[in-house]
Amino acid sequence: MPELSYDKKIEKVLELLHKDCRKSLEEMATMLDIPMTEVADIIDKLEKDGVIIGYGARINWDKAYSQNTVTAYIELRVTPQRNKGFDRIAERIYQFPEVKAINLMSGSYDFGITVEGKNIKEVSLFVSEHLAPMESIVGTATHFVLKRYKYDGVICCKPSKDEREVISL
Amino acid sequence: MSIDIQGLINPVVRDIPPSGIRKFFDIAAEMDDAISLGVGEPDFVTPWHIRDEGIYSLEKGMTYYTSNSGLKELRFELSKYMKRRFSLDYDPLTQLLITVGGSEAIDLCIRSVICNGDEVLIPEPSFVCYSPITRLAGGVPVPIVTKAENNFKLTAEELKAAITPKTRVLVLPFPNNPTGAIMNEEDLWEIAEVLRGTNIIVLSDEIYAELTYGDKKHFSIAQIPDMYERTVLVSGFSKAYAMTGWRLGYACGHPDLIKAMTKVHQFAIMSAPTTAQYAAIEALRNGDDDIEMMKNEYDMRRRVIVQGFNDMGLECFEPKGAFYAFPSIKSTGLTSNDFCERCLREKKVAVIPGTAFGQSGEGFIRCSYAYSIDSINEALSRIEAFVKTLK
Repeated sequence: MPELSYDKKIEKVLELLHKDCRKSLEEMATMLDIPMTEVADIIDKLEKDGVIIGYGARINWDKAYSQNTVTAYIELRVTPQRNKGFDRIAERIYQFPEVKAINLMSGSYDFGITVEGKNIKEVSLFVSEHLAPMESIVGTATHFVLKRYKYDGVICCKPSKDEREVISL
Repeated sequence: MSIDIQGLINPVVRDIPPSGIRKFFDIAAEMDDAISLGVGEPDFVTPWHIRDEGIYSLEKGMTYYTSNSGLKELRFELSKYMKRRFSLDYDPLTQLLITVGGSEAIDLCIRSVICNGDEVLIPEPSFVCYSPITRLAGGVPVPIVTKAENNFKLTAEELKAAITPKTRVLVLPFPNNPTGAIMNEEDLWEIAEVLRGTNIIVLSDEIYAELTYGDKKHFSIAQIPDMYERTVLVSGFSKAYAMTGWRLGYACGHPDLIKAMTKVHQFAIMSAPTTAQYAAIEALRNGDDDIEMMKNEYDMRRRVIVQGFNDMGLECFEPKGAFYAFPSIKSTGLTSNDFCERCLREKKVAVIPGTAFGQSGEGFIRCSYAYSIDSINEALSRIEAFVKTLK
């Protein structure tokens, strides 16, 4: 196998970790055919450079026992601040622990944010009491997630059964 | 007295032995938590854009037969694909035939060439169909045993020794199921040297061509200028695009051979499935990235499984193609069949004995890595536990 370029190695390591961050260094080394120490060095660098900012499980909350979580996707329209643009507003919004994700968007609204709460009331109160009153925010539109089909590249309710039948091959 | 049905069955058909592959699946199917490395088909679903084209063709009402040779549009795309991927020129109108899987193309080729008593050279271990098809055509299958020490390649000497005045066809099943062996360019030039001046057709089964690992691309014997004419290249969409269930393959070769094969095809099959043909056009046009993605995935699993077997002391030669590992179990002292049977009963892992692919497979097992990495790891740890009980 031709030696992978450094960039390619980084890409491959990231792909593997993104798919399954519990994969051992040893297994990644075998899969990519590079030494284990090099995999470790690459991951170290990626962590230091802030490319990898954390490790976590993808959870299908709909199936989590007794766990009640509602997710809302909220469109925010804002007035950018002089000299600070959108960043200053984003910084204020992402401080709230209820806010799980925030992105500056192109198109008809400015920020798209993901908010989680125990129930619809809790999320609604968060929007009306904390988000909407912020002075730079000129409008909000809240959409509650009804059912999650696919999340971060993974299909949530896919049967894991092997459908391949017996064949003489 | 009722009719003697059994006595009416063609003795050639009656004497075809039952598949050694199915046997272990049938046992595994009765177990709750059995895990299998037995299946010889991709675990990927056909990429969505390809399925979508199939669906769209149905929506448009494209439900008629196609021409016997297959959709013209598909043959033109296939011609471009053969040029793009393997530097081979085939005229879409006279040199390509769309078949029901690569298997039908193999059957057509052998039936179109073989008469009573003609010999077909079949390197073994290999896929199970060549020998029964040869017998059904009245021919005589002549196995050539490939060896682990030669990386399961067919050598020029072995070929030379097997050729007789009755030899009509040489099957070249590379990349190989079950060994994962490939024949590279230099190996094939040596084979070509033996074939020059003979009247032997090469049936090159290249169904796993796209799943060739390492720095060298797949090389076809048809790429050797004076071998092109005598080679019927057989392949299909099943392995490259994970399209097994669509049943679509093809044959490429000399216009006279393709014409003969089309004759047989038109009476046996009429034409390949129409929906599959429309989907296949999309696969050829926009599927190169899918091939790459799946190949990379298999490649990573390949390294894990080979390392796993070598670590547990089952020597495993590095497969360079297809999606099978073929480790030796000779160190356990068991026969392939006993190993597989006990492994299944005691540790609930289904693998296939090498003997299912010819007697020369004795001492080996075939393990498919068309499974998720988690399944492969689980199977490896069970096989390792089984091997430890033997010491």
